[in-house]
Amino acid sequence: MTRGASVTSTAGAAAASSPGGYLVEARDVVRSFGQTPALRGATVSVAAGEIVAVMGPSGSGKSTLLHCLAGILVPDSGEVWFDGRRVDMLGETERSALRRDRFGFVFQFGQLVPELTAEENVALPLLLGGTRRAAALEDAQVWFGRLGLDGLQGRRSGELSGGEAQRVALARGLVARPKVLFADEPTGSLDSLTGEHVMNLLVGAAREQGTTVVLVTHEARVAAYADREVIVRDGTVNSLSPDPVTP
Amino acid sequence: MSVPLTLLGLLEREPSHGYELKRDYDAYFGRDKPLPFGQVYATLGRLARDGKVVAGEVEPGAGPDRKRYVITDAGVTEFEAWLAHPVEPEPHLQTVLFAKVVLALMLGRSAGRYLDTQRAAHLQRMRELTELKRTGALVDGLLADHGLFHLEADLRWIDTTAARLDALADVVRRSAPVSPSGRSR
Repeated sequence: MTRGASVTSTAGAAAASSPGGYLVEARDVVRSFGQTPALRGATVSVAAGEIVAVMGPSGSGKSTLLHCLAGILVPDSGEVWFDGRRVDMLGETERSALRRDRFGFVFQFGQLVPELTAEENVALPLLLGGTRRAAALEDAQVWFGRLGLDGLQGRRSGELSGGEAQRVALARGLVARPKVLFADEPTGSLDSLTGEHVMNLLVGAAREQGTTVVLVTHEARVAAYADREVIVRDGTVNSLSPDPVTP
Repeated sequence: MSVPLTLLGLLEREPSHGYELKRDYDAYFGRDKPLPFGQVYATLGRLARDGKVVAGEVEPGAGPDRKRYVITDAGVTEFEAWLAHPVEPEPHLQTVLFAKVVLALMLGRSAGRYLDTQRAAHLQRMRELTELKRTGALVDGLLADHGLFHLEADLRWIDTTAARLDALADVVRRSAPVSPSGRSR
């Protein structure tokens, strides 16, 4: 397994220690889309192993913040740190490697690859990371039992219910044992009971393997699964949110 | 929580001794506030006086509690009527949350800061209840759900109010006092 090697070897010049010693940090991040500002100086810190909910009204900038933290978007100014490295200083190829090797993702609508079976979808991050197919499918298999998905390995996304598809997406997000799982409204398309089931699985699995979770949600009941919440309002993070756990 | 009606409900299930009623009441309805034995027997006495229950003969054996209580037809009728009647929805806007926001605005204090603090407190309680759900028995989970839904309703009110603070401040400062329905007086 060579996951992480390409990332570790990059950005050495920019690496010092993370300003606050946290695993993930945004410092005074500004990001606009055209003339429309989405983030106006957002600062947030997440300690290793924490589960943090990012809340806020629609259009407040919470998803943009998640995308900046995850290296999907590059801020116009400010700093983004992961594990002592400046993510915002990395090039697209390096950020892509970082996302593939160290981060997992779960989105609102699962976004499974429709041409692939559930089993192949779960194995995808491993395959993209260079794991051989047989080993990747073997690793993926574990998650089907763990998330109550046994028997669904051969189905494609169109043959899965919303809850099943989201559990497959969760398995895909965690299969490569990422350092950080970024989840953007992971229960937004599910009914209340199914969403609860997915959150129980997400939190249980993340705690079990020590994965840090950054969870964007507008639902208080979902945020209540996190260790703490930060509130994004008008592109800044609410300074009254509870202090992060000291790393 | 109506203690007499709850005890009637437990008695409709099966005739019971006072200590059995207390045990079941505490297990289901009195987790935060167990029912004192004195209140159990005082309530049963009033229910017996009103013809809702009857006490059986004193049973042989040791111990102070040797009477079994049985619900009467009148008791069943009263319990069924109570069960069928919806609980009055509580006027949440009359609560202390509303009072604090309006008073803060009247006094030129930061109502937004208060709402943020209140939101954090609500979310902390929701985290505790969620953990109870994750780790507790189904009955605990159902009780936690009840609390979670009410806290969530409060949070929606907090968020909506936070989004309207500027407009509310204008109204309150211009023409205090304000009625709970939002109409200036």
